[in-house]
Amino acid sequence: MTIEEIQNDIVDEFSMFDDWMQRYEYMIELGKSLPLINEQYKTDDNLIKGCQSKVWVHATLENDKIIFTADSDAIITKGIIAILIRAFSNQKPKDIIEANTNFIDEIGLKEHLSPTRANGLVSMIKQLKMYAIAYQTQLN
Amino acid sequence: MIAIENIRKDFPILNRTVNGQPLVYFDNAATSQTPQQVIDVIVDYYQNYNANIHRGVHSLSQEATDKYEEARIKIQKHFNAAKSYEIIFTSGTTHSINLVANGFTSLLQAEDEIIVSALEHHSNIVPWQMLCERTGAILKVIPMTTEGTLDLATYETLLSEKTKLVFCNHVSNALGTINPIEAIITKAHKVGAAVLVDGAQAAPHIKADVQALDVDFYVTSAHKMCGPTGVGMLYGKESWLKKLPPYQGGGEMIAEVTFEKTTYADLPHKFEAGTPNICGGIAFGAAIDYMNQIGFDAIASYEHELLDYATEKLATIDGLRIYGPKETNLKASVISFNIEGVHPYDMGVILDKLGIAVRTGHHCAQPIMDFYCIPGTVRASFAFYNTKAEIDTLVAGVERAANMLR
Repeated sequence: MTIEEIQNDIVDEFSMFDDWMQRYEYMIELGKSLPLINEQYKTDDNLIKGCQSKVWVHATLENDKIIFTADSDAIITKGIIAILIRAFSNQKPKDIIEANTNFIDEIGLKEHLSPTRANGLVSMIKQLKMYAIAYQTQLN
Repeated sequence: MIAIENIRKDFPILNRTVNGQPLVYFDNAATSQTPQQVIDVIVDYYQNYNANIHRGVHSLSQEATDKYEEARIKIQKHFNAAKSYEIIFTSGTTHSINLVANGFTSLLQAEDEIIVSALEHHSNIVPWQMLCERTGAILKVIPMTTEGTLDLATYETLLSEKTKLVFCNHVSNALGTINPIEAIITKAHKVGAAVLVDGAQAAPHIKADVQALDVDFYVTSAHKMCGPTGVGMLYGKESWLKKLPPYQGGGEMIAEVTFEKTTYADLPHKFEAGTPNICGGIAFGAAIDYMNQIGFDAIASYEHELLDYATEKLATIDGLRIYGPKETNLKASVISFNIEGVHPYDMGVILDKLGIAVRTGHHCAQPIMDFYCIPGTVRASFAFYNTKAEIDTLVAGVERAANMLR
């Protein structure tokens, strides 16, 4: 599936929720259930320090596609990471570079991606793009 | 006695909703809300006498100057400073601390010692670390106990004839601890050290008397005590303010300027370069009037009632731990807490969805969080315009969030 198709799926899933409680409960479940990153990659090198929560991101290239794994110490941040990973992981670097994150607005989680929120998510998205640019250069 | 219903009518913002819920504002330690009486003063300034001060011969300038200087006298009286020119208008507590820290560059020598408390906000740590880098002075730390109080026995062992300066907050922003500043000041003076007290968190709860305290510098921000942001004050004893060199150069702070030599203006203007926050200064005075009209004894007693009530109710929640002194009479109306297995950020996000504003994170006091080995806390801070009903909403919200997050 393309990034856009996955994002549309996510928007559809979230449209079934009536209120914020259900959306957040779903995100918290995502955050709780997904083993996102191998403990050995939770290193300082992979750490993005937000003022409010910490985020770890690790990337590898497999068959010309980037596999992202990530984690956070805060469960809501982790839930959003799970959504972002679902959209961006296992995709080609070029597609990741060109993709946007507008779907986060559509599912009502825009405030978590505010640069002033300091939860590490904005830096995380920047980091995903940086990995994509680096791997794209490598592939060229 | 606090006439709470009347008081709440003074704060228009308390009527608004957040995320569809009535606002419950418990982030007063970050900034207090502004009563209509202060908002009116701000509007009146811009509508009727906005002008630059201290230099115009025209009437508007004179009116604005008079009001600004009246505000300085209100602040002087409130903190019981001996002279009005011992009150320096600044942009806030951080500016005030930097002004003093910068001034001490020329007064310290390598190997001199300065002492900080472990309970400080970053703004009362970093400027002094920078001072140490400039001068070669050594920074020592008064340790904290697990109760969130300062270890005064160790403080005494840190003091010596090498100690030049001690700085400490009156009330800890992260835990609410009221520090024994009287003892800290007396002991520092015995070895000839000056003391700066950061009163940002104390100002909305405690009316500090700088002469009775015999403190050398006392600093605070207007926005913690119902005034606007971007304005604050530095109280300094005249003898100290005369010793400190000017902080910033510019207009207003000079007596005479030639390209060969400039002479500086007298206090307080020596430290007030450039056009100040005129409206902010005047509104600061109005905020002090407003709070004094309610009365600091009444405020303290009501806030204490809120603190006791909230402490008792929150303590019933499973897995909730409160950081800081257990004895509520050792605290200002601040409760810093965590729930076992719940990240403070997650708690803050859910409470916000319920219309409840609290602060989460390290509260710009990372050393305290490191001491407890936690990423941060949830901090609910109460003001005299809050109610027990709002605390009930908080307690229900915390329980609901904990159920979702655990």
